[in-house]
Amino acid sequence: MNEISHLVGAAGPDSLVVRFAGDSGDGMQLTGSRFTQEAALDGADLATFPDFPAEIRAPVGTTFGVSAFQIQFGGRRVRTPGDRLDVLVALNPAALKVNLEDLRPGGTLIIDTAAFVDRNFKKAGYDHDPRDDLDGYRRLDIDITKLTQAAVKPLGVGNRDANRARNLWTLGLVLWLTGRSRGATQDWIRERFAAEPLVRDANLAALDAGHAYGETAELPRLPEVLAPGQTAPLPPGRYRTVTGVDALCYGLVTAARLSGIDLFYGSYPITPASSMLHMLARLGAFGVRTFQAEDEIAAICVAIGASYAGQLGVTGSSGPGIALKMEALGLAIATELPLVVIDAQRGGPSTGLPTKTEQSDLFQAVLGRNADAPLVVLAASTPGDCFPVAIEAVRLATRYMTPVMLLTDGFLANASEPWLIPDLATLEPFPVRQGAAVDGFQPYARDPATLARAWVPPGTPGLRHRIGGIERSHRTGAISYDPANHQMMTDFRRAKILGIARDLPAQGFVAGGMDDRILILGWGSTFGAIESAVDRLRADGVSVAHAHLRHIWPLPANLGDILASFERVLVPELNTGQLHLLLQGVYGCRLESLTKVSGKPFTAAEIETRVKTLLEA
Amino acid sequence: MATVLEREPKGLTPKDWASDQEVRWCPGCGDYAILKAVQKTLADLQADPDRTVFISGIGCAARFPYYVESYGFHTIHGRAAAIATGVKLANPELDIWVVSGDGDSLSIGGNHLLHLLRRNVDLVYLLFNNEVYGLTKGQASPTSPRGTVSPSSPGGTLDAPVNAGAFALGAGARFVARVADVVQGPMVEVLTRAHGHRGTSFVEILQNCIVYNDGAFDAVTDKATAAEHQLWCRHGEPLLFAGGTKGVRLVPERFALEIFDVGADGLGAEAALVHDETNPMLAQMLVRLDVPTALGVIFAVEAPSYDAAFSAAAPTRKPGLADLQRQVGGRTTWKIG
Repeated sequence: MNEISHLVGAAGPDSLVVRFAGDSGDGMQLTGSRFTQEAALDGADLATFPDFPAEIRAPVGTTFGVSAFQIQFGGRRVRTPGDRLDVLVALNPAALKVNLEDLRPGGTLIIDTAAFVDRNFKKAGYDHDPRDDLDGYRRLDIDITKLTQAAVKPLGVGNRDANRARNLWTLGLVLWLTGRSRGATQDWIRERFAAEPLVRDANLAALDAGHAYGETAELPRLPEVLAPGQTAPLPPGRYRTVTGVDALCYGLVTAARLSGIDLFYGSYPITPASSMLHMLARLGAFGVRTFQAEDEIAAICVAIGASYAGQLGVTGSSGPGIALKMEALGLAIATELPLVVIDAQRGGPSTGLPTKTEQSDLFQAVLGRNADAPLVVLAASTPGDCFPVAIEAVRLATRYMTPVMLLTDGFLANASEPWLIPDLATLEPFPVRQGAAVDGFQPYARDPATLARAWVPPGTPGLRHRIGGIERSHRTGAISYDPANHQMMTDFRRAKILGIARDLPAQGFVAGGMDDRILILGWGSTFGAIESAVDRLRADGVSVAHAHLRHIWPLPANLGDILASFERVLVPELNTGQLHLLLQGVYGCRLESLTKVSGKPFTAAEIETRVKTLLEA
Repeated sequence: MATVLEREPKGLTPKDWASDQEVRWCPGCGDYAILKAVQKTLADLQADPDRTVFISGIGCAARFPYYVESYGFHTIHGRAAAIATGVKLANPELDIWVVSGDGDSLSIGGNHLLHLLRRNVDLVYLLFNNEVYGLTKGQASPTSPRGTVSPSSPGGTLDAPVNAGAFALGAGARFVARVADVVQGPMVEVLTRAHGHRGTSFVEILQNCIVYNDGAFDAVTDKATAAEHQLWCRHGEPLLFAGGTKGVRLVPERFALEIFDVGADGLGAEAALVHDETNPMLAQMLVRLDVPTALGVIFAVEAPSYDAAFSAAAPTRKPGLADLQRQVGGRTTWKIG
């Protein structure tokens, strides 16, 4: 239990990890997100991990229907949702069964005794009451169902409706136990249920009753991780919480403003990418139009059509949907049209694990098309990082007339964190130029600096031309089967993308530097876990550095020098070693790989342990 | 033929609508005649080449955009309808023509055609139907008659063909027309109607593939048999053919169309149905006729186009930076430091 010592040091813990778990119909995601808001408003740093099944309402009481929401919060910097739980709320036996192994010894376990009956034991696969085996935890066995019913009874709410407020009763209790206020939740309930006074009042009553229960029953509070008036040591400024989807969509609409062109988002419903479509559909006033296409292929094709016509086409999906788009992506590469493709990765192959996270589409992004078809690949590392990465994707797509693949994942999409609200006025505009000089216009003539061709949408007077997927003559764009021309065009396409490396900032370090012995090189959503592990290791005196790739392709120009200067380089990723293989191929060097594909993010401890093993080797 | 089409346009001539590209279809291909009719239509309409876009998928027909002096986008197999939708929504001012074949439209691209038609995006959709895969050397296509012997079906095809017009009507098309490659004058007339119609104008063109399916439509197009095989549908006019000696009537008891000889069995020309291009039931029955083959504008009704609704739904107010800053900043915030 090495990692526990970091949580509960001599001076007491400086963060708490809480997980709410129940049936997928129990409102655990809502409970978690309301708790997140309260902790954020109190000035905590935090990271969340919503973890829910693919089934919308799996049969009640089953282990596969368990939905959970985890948050780590505190008065220190918090970079991951936490390795082990300090508090587990289990609203039924199935939730207990699935989540108990993550609760640390001595952790607090809150259960609703009303759900701990024979019928539910059977559904969860227990042959007896699991409470008989619960040793070494701080137990809070409470009849939450009955107490919620009692709380709302004076309002005339029946038992069945009362049970729907059970999550808010629980939230009230946990807010009390953790010393958090509940004002923002009360405001939220009043606004959300303004049109349904009875539901509003029942929810408020349940929340208050849970809160009051902690006080009346004189339950000992959990250790204080954020004193009143204390705030986490975040850079000064005004904050809000964002999920990766929030930040990515704000990044896209901000990019529309910075570039001066409208965005056109074509998409087909798929988990976990649909939430981008939902959010962008509400942001129409900010220069983005959305279109729900008939299938994944149509979704990218309408985006390509929009780009051809002068808007920036964007499409978003997840692994299997991205696979369907690949032929069309090749067309955008061949015709050298700007395009942004967002891949919210999930577990695979095939349908795989729709609601679980993975980083296994790196090969698909970099290499997954017929023929030599290079494009730009970017990866966001945290929910808030989705904002600048979305802007960078639009900038590169329009400057270089190329598709850009932006990798997020199920974890990033749904997880939230405090976000320093950017001052948009300080962001550098990158106005997009369309059209060309009429005299001597050649559709495939290239800017010598970027190798990009001009963007000349139909409707431009006097510049009529034809483009297509058949190999194009290197200047006119007319069909050409000339062998030398194909060689030249293939070389151009490659050189254009690789040349973008000159436009990228040098790869830097999140922690440590070139003088360290070991480098952990990460990409994407493993950022927080690596950062936490490196913090601990460095505190223990280990000579370890952390670098994190935003640009997966082309790779930063100085990356080869960085890799060569370390004794050992560890590449952790949530796949079977894709970046590891790519880097070894590009640089011809030997790197260590740390992989995991359980559908869950790395814990910091997993990375820490591996580095220690490397040191001993 | 509308007399207006006889007039020489003031500006561009059909020749001006020919690009500098060498046309690479097989000598004698029906596509040449279609290209000619389209170029004449564009000249007649005095269309603006800078605002005209030809978009195609894959197949022999799909080379079309290279040969028209306008903007052109030769895309990928089956997806022209989806790409054209994006083009039109991004810039509704553009005048879009999609050129496709039977395999492109009804096999690999069937889903996109279905949704294009139901949405009613304002563009002209030309389906060159030659009942064969030409560019891949002669395999049976989704419109090939059952039993078609081809390299991929040496024992004859087992599957029933799809009727392009019936498919379009079933998908909710508001404009369905059919012509044949060799009938230049009527083709220009139909293309002009199609171009003037707001929404997706679906035009099936029976097109002869001289190499892999020569003569597929001989009965319809040969001078000797044309009269007996061509039923020209004109709104408000009786459905008569074979020089007025035959007609199409409705047999109400069977709710079916029947061919009759004018003058026989006491049936005069007035017994023929009068074509009503706004009647979807009649249209379904007409597109399914084999002998004679219904040609002309079979169905045409006004309906809002998707692109017009899409544009109308666009937020009118362009928010400023402060609005965007407020949106990004969210409502629930806190300050640190």
